[in-house]
Amino acid sequence: MKNFVKLILLILILINMSNNVYADSIDEIIFALQKSNFSEKEVLITKLGDIQTNKSLKVLKSLEKGSIYYIKKSRINVFAIKVDKKYELTDISTGKNLGLSKKNKIKRISLNNKLRKYTRTIIAKSSLHSDNKKIRIEAVKTIFQSNSIELLPLISQALENEKNKSVIRELLKTQASLSLLSEDKLLINKSLDYLMKITDPEIISIVNQFIEKYKTNDLYKVEIIKANNLLDKINSDIKFYKLLENLFFGLSLGSILFIAAVGLAITFGVMGVINLAHGEMIMIGAYTTYVTQLIFPQFIEYSLFIALPLSFLIAGLIGVLIERLVIRHLYGRPLETLLATFGISLFLQQLVRSIFSPINMPVISPQWMSGMFNVHPALSLSYGRFYILIFSIIVFIALLILLRKSHFGVEIRAVMQNRPMARAMGIKTKWIDSMTFGLGSGIAGIAGVALSQITNVGPNLGQSYIIDCFMVVVFGGVGNIWGTLSGAFLLGIGNKFLEPYSGAVLAKIITLIFLIIFIQKRPKGMFALKGRAAEINQ
Amino acid sequence: MKTIQMLITIFVIMIVSSLSIAADTIKVGVLHSLSGTMAISETTLKDTVLMMVKEQNNKGGLLGKKLEAVVVDPASDWPLFAEKTRELMEVHEVDVIFGCWTSVSRKSVLPVIEELNGLLFYPVQYEGEESSKNVFYTGAAPNQQAIPAVNYFMDELGVERWVLAGTDYVYPRTTNKILKEYLISKGVAEKDIMINYTPFGHSDWQTIVADIKSFGSTGKKTGVISTINGDANVPFYKELGNVGIDATDIPVVAFSVGEEELAGLDTGPLVGHLAAWNYFMSSDSEENDNFISAWHKFTGDEDRVTNDPMEATVIGFNMWAKAVEISGTTDVNKVRPTMYGLTVPNLTGGIAVMNTNHHLTKPVLIGEILEDGQFEIVYETPAGVIGDAWTNFLAESANIVADWTPPISCGNYNIKTGKCSGQNY
Repeated sequence: MKNFVKLILLILILINMSNNVYADSIDEIIFALQKSNFSEKEVLITKLGDIQTNKSLKVLKSLEKGSIYYIKKSRINVFAIKVDKKYELTDISTGKNLGLSKKNKIKRISLNNKLRKYTRTIIAKSSLHSDNKKIRIEAVKTIFQSNSIELLPLISQALENEKNKSVIRELLKTQASLSLLSEDKLLINKSLDYLMKITDPEIISIVNQFIEKYKTNDLYKVEIIKANNLLDKINSDIKFYKLLENLFFGLSLGSILFIAAVGLAITFGVMGVINLAHGEMIMIGAYTTYVTQLIFPQFIEYSLFIALPLSFLIAGLIGVLIERLVIRHLYGRPLETLLATFGISLFLQQLVRSIFSPINMPVISPQWMSGMFNVHPALSLSYGRFYILIFSIIVFIALLILLRKSHFGVEIRAVMQNRPMARAMGIKTKWIDSMTFGLGSGIAGIAGVALSQITNVGPNLGQSYIIDCFMVVVFGGVGNIWGTLSGAFLLGIGNKFLEPYSGAVLAKIITLIFLIIFIQKRPKGMFALKGRAAEINQ
Repeated sequence: MKTIQMLITIFVIMIVSSLSIAADTIKVGVLHSLSGTMAISETTLKDTVLMMVKEQNNKGGLLGKKLEAVVVDPASDWPLFAEKTRELMEVHEVDVIFGCWTSVSRKSVLPVIEELNGLLFYPVQYEGEESSKNVFYTGAAPNQQAIPAVNYFMDELGVERWVLAGTDYVYPRTTNKILKEYLISKGVAEKDIMINYTPFGHSDWQTIVADIKSFGSTGKKTGVISTINGDANVPFYKELGNVGIDATDIPVVAFSVGEEELAGLDTGPLVGHLAAWNYFMSSDSEENDNFISAWHKFTGDEDRVTNDPMEATVIGFNMWAKAVEISGTTDVNKVRPTMYGLTVPNLTGGIAVMNTNHHLTKPVLIGEILEDGQFEIVYETPAGVIGDAWTNFLAESANIVADWTPPISCGNYNIKTGKCSGQNY
């Protein structure tokens, strides 16, 4: 028993000692980092990488993230984690918690881009053998991007021990592409053959480097031809996926146009009110998202779901208010309505400027909204835009059901098609007017939540979308949400297919000219109301 | 009868008192948009001038008189800038104007300020190719921002392929024209330069970002020089983050993104991208610490950031105050010559000098964006860079210099023909 305790003590002491030995040098290195320039830092980081303990790895990772600071006065190195407006400090050498500190008391040990990449590669070297599959894949990818042939042996070594298929695939790709940088002809040929099989667009860069290097070297003639073939093959692959990608871009732009415009389609279509304050309803929705995130900082991930009903209610309420206070006095006087709503739009903008300041507000994208998913190595779509596309389709279906199936929807359509008759049938048309305007504004509010994820939330948000909204509504045909949907998607896709050829500025102009000509030919848009209803409506 | 007499006396007293007030203050005009699209940037500068006026008054004013700020709102409406300038000069009789942000607003002010012989301090980085007798440009000229940034990309990051992305208006167009010539003079092939323009407030960057990504996949290190203006930046960076373009793959250096613009952004995907300015809030100097704490005290908000155009405003204000003190009057004809060679400390720890071409000598800093919306300064020019009104990299302006001291006394003097062509806006 006594021996056992002794043994444990001995082990503990040994662990402690070894830790201390390394800790000292780690501390010294960090201490030296405090006052060195970027090229000196590179040397020091290499040293840190050579130590290869858990602690040095942790230090490297924190360094890469930028969470290593030193206290200006005492020069003690600390890990700092931001808590509210202060920083919680932990002494790196002793591991003691040093409590909270203000930002101006500490200084960050900083890296630049180059060093950050370098540090990542060093970290990747030691994470190649991590137990976590995801970490291993990340590590291989980092090494792939490092383009440094010195890491080739590490990859080959990792290949020997690796069992997981997807990691092996990454490793093989990295091995093949790094081998291209070697002088060994046999190796180069072998990797070109391998790369021919996988045709991954990520390797274009390294193949191009290879061609550039040996372009004038006759010894490598065959290899260069092979490499060029490989590039051709990848490029023809890419062409197809580019088309798909463009289609997705168009659908995404279309979905954004649709969700921004559909509220307008309702107010404009049903009531014939030209509502220039529609953009500001979108803005209100976006600000509601901001405020939601401000009030519930702990629920950022769910903030959009909280913001959706809230912004619908708030924008809808403001819409009803506007209708009750202003617009209802102006029915049948489109010019006055236009001027009044323009005034309201200016008023709302300046109101927001006074409340929130004219500066844009940061709306955080939840984790699940950011990032890409790979359909194919040549085609990756961003989650955020994908969800917005789905969301706008859901809104469309919900609206369709509301208008077609619900009692309220039937009343709306009755008023739209023949107001006097609807009134004769006992429908409270004034109440329907208010509710419709509220519905349109509320949907604009929802659009604001979606837009807050892709554009800036500021007082000018509405302005930048209002013209597009009118374009979509007029193009699609007034008073028909099918028209709005197809109008939005056609304009979106058309715009995106024009853009690569004409540039963004010209694409917009061409779209506008097309629209003008189209409206000349078909003044009522794509889906005009037909029959008697249309005539009465005029 | 008595009441009329009383009324007259009251009127007389009012007129006399208003006259005496007019004589007792030096009026400082503030011409920044407080509403409309540009309010987002310009309101801060208005506050900066107000703070400087307040501080100067606390120090006892100028020439024994108090300063009085006259604030007008040109509402982001370019022609209104000209009208408001006239109002400031003729109705309020201000002695100096601090104002304008966009180049087009400055161009619309020029004829008025020259006609009335006023004095305008313009605090924003701009495309150069101008030097007016009545304007002092305290922001950066292209050689004080764009060219050093390109050099940094070339020398430090080893960039060989260049994307020049900008908003479609005069500042990006001129800057990109200059940069293209500069890059070609440095031996960059034309096929390695991609120039792209987008409309104001462009929000759908998918196609362009995809283009940049494929442009950058040729194996040569690629960098983006961004003159994208204002609001369009947010969706641009968001898209970059979405597509997974990291600053270590394709770095972006921006000339219009500062601390204030970043305050409205979720900075996560931006970390490591760069900006070039003459000032960063993170500059380590005593002047800067004092300025920041004064700013926080003035605005009553600990979270308010400071930025480069604010520093330019501060330098401009301090220089004007110094020139007025030295010349003992606010008369433009006396103050203007006094400005030349005048030095005031800038906020980054150095000294700013006013040159005879009405541009400043200032250091150029390059910073990387940090998680908290601040910048890590990764490069600083060893000495101050003299602002060059007419760039040497464009054939049409290579021979033109600006020098407002005799014998030249001209804003666009052609050294080849020896002629001063006068202003042509």
